[in-house]
Amino acid sequence: MKITKEAEERHVLTVIVDNEAGILAKIAGLFTARGYNIDSLTVADITENHAVSRITIVTHGPPAQIDQIHAQLERLVPVHKVIDLTEFGPHVERELALVKVTGTGDARVEALRLADIFRAKPVDTTTSSFIFELTGAPDKIDTFIGLMRELGLVEVGRTGVVGMARGTQGV
Amino acid sequence: MSQERSGADILVDSLTRLGVEVVFGYPGGAVLPIYDALFEHSAIKHVLVRHEAGAAHAAEGYARSTGKPGVVLVTSGPGATNAVTGIADALMDSIPLVVITGQVPTSVIGSDAFQEADTVGITRHCCKHNYLVKDPADLAAVIDEAFQIATTGRPGPVVVDIPKNVQIATAPWSEAAPQRRNRYAPRTSGSADEITRAVELMAAAKQPVLYTGGGVINSGPKASDLLRRLQALTGAPLTSTLMGLGAFPADHPDWLGMLGMHGTYEANMAMNKADLIVCVGARFDDRVTGRLDAFAPDATKIHIDIDRSSINKTVPVDLPIVGDCAVILEQLITEWSARKPQELAEWKARIDGWRARKSLSYPRSAKAIAPQLAVERLFALTRELDPIITTEVGQHQMWAAQHFGFYAPNRWLTSGGLGTMGYGLPAAIGAQMGNPDKLVIDIAGDASIQMNIQEMGTATQYRLPVKVFTLNNEFMGMVRQWQELTYESRYSNSYSDSLPDFVKLAEAYGWKGIRIENEDQLDAGIKAMIEHQGPVFVDCLVAKEDNCFPMIPSGAAHTEMLLYGDTVEGTMDDEAKALV
Repeated sequence: MKITKEAEERHVLTVIVDNEAGILAKIAGLFTARGYNIDSLTVADITENHAVSRITIVTHGPPAQIDQIHAQLERLVPVHKVIDLTEFGPHVERELALVKVTGTGDARVEALRLADIFRAKPVDTTTSSFIFELTGAPDKIDTFIGLMRELGLVEVGRTGVVGMARGTQGV
Repeated sequence: MSQERSGADILVDSLTRLGVEVVFGYPGGAVLPIYDALFEHSAIKHVLVRHEAGAAHAAEGYARSTGKPGVVLVTSGPGATNAVTGIADALMDSIPLVVITGQVPTSVIGSDAFQEADTVGITRHCCKHNYLVKDPADLAAVIDEAFQIATTGRPGPVVVDIPKNVQIATAPWSEAAPQRRNRYAPRTSGSADEITRAVELMAAAKQPVLYTGGGVINSGPKASDLLRRLQALTGAPLTSTLMGLGAFPADHPDWLGMLGMHGTYEANMAMNKADLIVCVGARFDDRVTGRLDAFAPDATKIHIDIDRSSINKTVPVDLPIVGDCAVILEQLITEWSARKPQELAEWKARIDGWRARKSLSYPRSAKAIAPQLAVERLFALTRELDPIITTEVGQHQMWAAQHFGFYAPNRWLTSGGLGTMGYGLPAAIGAQMGNPDKLVIDIAGDASIQMNIQEMGTATQYRLPVKVFTLNNEFMGMVRQWQELTYESRYSNSYSDSLPDFVKLAEAYGWKGIRIENEDQLDAGIKAMIEHQGPVFVDCLVAKEDNCFPMIPSGAAHTEMLLYGDTVEGTMDDEAKALV
């Protein structure tokens, strides 16, 4: 007997939740308990009184499973709203990365030149290293990190994606 | 008027205000303040169980038989972890429970204190919602919301963990109901569009089947009445899941019997050949569908469910309607109005053809009582008394579902989703508490009954006249059956060795014990059980290696049922073995 796999899609979900103890564990645990994937997850409170948090989850799976994830999230009591940005259509995805590169001579100059092209900002520097700060869509960050790998990449930190639908409407 | 009260008093007063009459529980260090508040409290009766698992199942039995939420009170650590099986069981079967657990004081949470367990963490994924209350000022509103969440939408268990210092600390108490957050508001009715489309599909169907489940029971007795009215209007044959038995009368000519793995031949064949399936409050469980790619291949499917996540979970449907069964059934009846259904005579004639296979008939032998016969006689002799039946889990449970007829909702209490052995006796105790004048019978197996047999003491203490009717075949019968069908009868650890003498055990607990050893004693034994005023344990010795048929084996389709008399290979391929 062999295990078979179905074709999968990547989706970005925005989840608006009550900012109460255990909500993150509840959501992360729902994903593990039901065998769903988390590619990235970000969370921060977004209201003045700290009562509501916005969670952005990037997941992948077969379409039927994505629909289930949406429904399973919605039935949690502290969840106010779930928006599948991928399903919704035009939306913005942004992620912040810190990238540490060491090197001297040509490699160092080239790293700085590429950073300029990517609008990555050096936020720390020594004579033989930089930390670049870069925001953008995930694939832009992937590309930048790929280039830096050839030029002395030593460390990467990424926030994971936050997303928002384009246009005048708010969630 | 507002006054200062302790958390424990606020809890007990909140429960009283919410109309709680019975609490099933077991005391311990971290709930002593609550037990002190309950002491000599007149409005709430506390039932002391013998193990916290018993408390949770008893509360489930109470809830299923009365429609009211069951309330559990247990201590921290082992008290809470022992209740977890019952909490998970209630989640799977959508039973409204409020489980109050004591916790170590907030000052020592996280320090591995005595009897500390992370109850909120442990129960997070087996309850509908849970709370850790850190301030007695929050308690009244939390309890209020806990009851709302447990009982509305898709019902389920809610856990409220209360540290000991929060039970002792004081907060203002007001007689007025607390301000509840209005965040939980599940959708209950279908849109006009959905209702119109559903009625059009139903009116056009030539081979319709109504497939109903526990949602109809959970929606209240009104939903069962409405289901019967809709069935009468449409004339559609009706089958039900294990959880839905009783919503439709078992002697109705359009009743197909239960469907699924141990359902009738006619129910499963009708599902397979239907052109329209109307699923009302059921969830296309794997025990119901058999092999998914062969499930109802030609049917248009309508799915009525209050839980949106049940829709398209395993079976894609054509028309989902999210809402409460009773509300939607009423909408459908109104929309149907004076329509006439299609001519269904040909469809019903086909069904009669399948019925003629008599899939529930079973082999009899002079040597031993057929377990199916025991259930049939129990049914025949108690039918007029409108009993409440609970079960454990296994062959006896399926035989009870097949051979006992149900006519009204809230009479059939069984652990369906989680399949918890040891459920039946405490559930019977809970049901008897909620229905003191009813005959309550736990149809049990010799293995399952031992999983919560300590609760016999609870029945004795509260003078609850529950009856336990055990089909004793000295096996974990369902495990043995699967080993016979799948592993060439290698009965690995499925034999019930060292069984107690159940009659003596009953007597030791102050119960009446009856042993039935052959067919001649069957009716007399059952009658003696019914006539005895107190609790009775019947040890009914039945044929040891009878299989529960009909059966859809793992990985098979509705059309590939095993019936009594079929030859069985005793092996399965790996794909089938890997299924549950």
